[in-house]
Amino acid sequence: MALSNATTGLRRDSKQISIFHNENVRALIVFLSSLGLFLLFWEVGARAEWFTRGVPTASATFKELWWWVTNPFFDNGPNDLGIGWNLLISLRRVAIGYILASLVAIPIGILIGISPVAYKAFNPYMQLLKPVSPLAWLPLGLYLLRDSEKTGIFVIFISSMWPTLINTAFGVASVDKDYLDVANTLGASRLRTIFKVIIPAALPNIVSGLRISMGIAWLVIVAAEMLLGTGLGYFIWNEWNNLSIPNILVAIFIIGTVGLLLDSLFAALEKFVAFGRNS
Amino acid sequence: MRSASVNSSSPTDQSSPLPQLSIRNVSKVFPGKRGLFNKLSGKTSRDFVAIEDISLEIEPNTFVSIIGPSGCGKSTLLNMIAGLSSISEGDILLNGAPITGPGPDRGMVFQSYALMPWMTVEENLRFAVETVDPTLSTKGANRIIKEYIQLVGLTGAERKHPHELSGGMRQRVGIARALAINPQILLMDEPFGALDALTRGFLQDEVERIWEQQRKTVIMITHSIDEALLLSDRIVMMTRGPAARVDEVLEVPFPRPRNRETIEQHPAYHALKAEMESHLFRETRAVEEARMSR
Repeated sequence: MALSNATTGLRRDSKQISIFHNENVRALIVFLSSLGLFLLFWEVGARAEWFTRGVPTASATFKELWWWVTNPFFDNGPNDLGIGWNLLISLRRVAIGYILASLVAIPIGILIGISPVAYKAFNPYMQLLKPVSPLAWLPLGLYLLRDSEKTGIFVIFISSMWPTLINTAFGVASVDKDYLDVANTLGASRLRTIFKVIIPAALPNIVSGLRISMGIAWLVIVAAEMLLGTGLGYFIWNEWNNLSIPNILVAIFIIGTVGLLLDSLFAALEKFVAFGRNS
Repeated sequence: MRSASVNSSSPTDQSSPLPQLSIRNVSKVFPGKRGLFNKLSGKTSRDFVAIEDISLEIEPNTFVSIIGPSGCGKSTLLNMIAGLSSISEGDILLNGAPITGPGPDRGMVFQSYALMPWMTVEENLRFAVETVDPTLSTKGANRIIKEYIQLVGLTGAERKHPHELSGGMRQRVGIARALAINPQILLMDEPFGALDALTRGFLQDEVERIWEQQRKTVIMITHSIDEALLLSDRIVMMTRGPAARVDEVLEVPFPRPRNRETIEQHPAYHALKAEMESHLFRETRAVEEARMSR
């Protein structure tokens, strides 16, 4: 009796608490007000010429953004291409390089992860090549392939391979021993163990590797394209040559938004394969 | 694997209580690091004798508990019976044939449940059933899966994933999976160790009920005296490690089916319990003292 009273009392309390006590609501308020302050500072600062000369106002930048977003697909030659086309060109390069990298990295990662000897033997390669800046591959790609389009894809391929490879190998190598014991006591064949136990068990690691790789691929494409001739990276480079700062800001905003969407996609995929595991 | 053990079980028919499982002078030594490389890096270590010269005969359809202080090598012994750990010396014979590796004639229940998180309850059982008998039709597999889910009282939860179940329910799945392959021996490694006291008691009652139906040979490792007394026909008490041995084997005479209220009325109950308590107390204290003086 006393217990039920207490619970109803609790419920009544929680009804009276205003929505401003909700953490998400408060975070949203802080976010919106800080954004408002920033835009206000930008607008006022640009109009009063607090910054370097030529910095556009916030309102002018948003006008530009609106124009580019509402006219994404026009084609007046390579130096005057709609942002939609440039985005698709960049996405296509990323997709080809990234998918090729994943198709190589996941199977090799599984093979390396299964054998402790291979894991130890190949680990130095992975650790050595992982921290190399993607742009360091660019001259090598140009020399080997003699083609800017292929070089772009090559750079994406080589730089987005390592996180997937390392995470896959690690995930496979660190599969819970209990799962393997279960498969062993049942007398499961090696192949059945790999496909039914090891790969599903390592899937959260594989997907988080894919997520990191995707982030890197998206970072790299913009930098690589500055030297290649089309795509979002070249768009920024071209607008820099035109000294059109609002357009550069528009491109940065679009690159960020697309990166965010791609990352959320993989975050959702991570959740989908986790089944209550937190990794 | 299964057909081999069926053939070798024929001697069992000649005189009835022949051992189903014989553990003969079994020792387990974890070899130390003595190689040249280890010598150079100064990381040598001595051999560690976990179990020394254990012999034990287990008759068919008996429930045997192994109890002993922490770290005495109980799990090592169980893993050797399961074939997951190699035997350093001696033999373990299942129906007269030596155990050389893991096999579906022994079902294993793990303390950590070891359910595949990405499989539903049903799929966990299906994986076990279809691994052991790939020729089984889908219909036949479905029938077995349904039967064992029913046996452990999980009907309705077939489509749930392990993370949606409580610890007690997960271990029911673990037990159902181990039984669904119809093993000759069920091995349980502290099956209720990760459960809270209430769930543990509830699940012990369930195991008692299931055992009355199935009467399989069971070898269970436990830390709990009450659990051992409720479930076992025999209780094997091990000494502390290293070089753990069998100290004493107690026969538990309570009639079946048992429940925890009626066994306490049995005249032998308190004497057995006192004996186990003094054994465990003595061994555990010796472990603590050894650890302090080390």
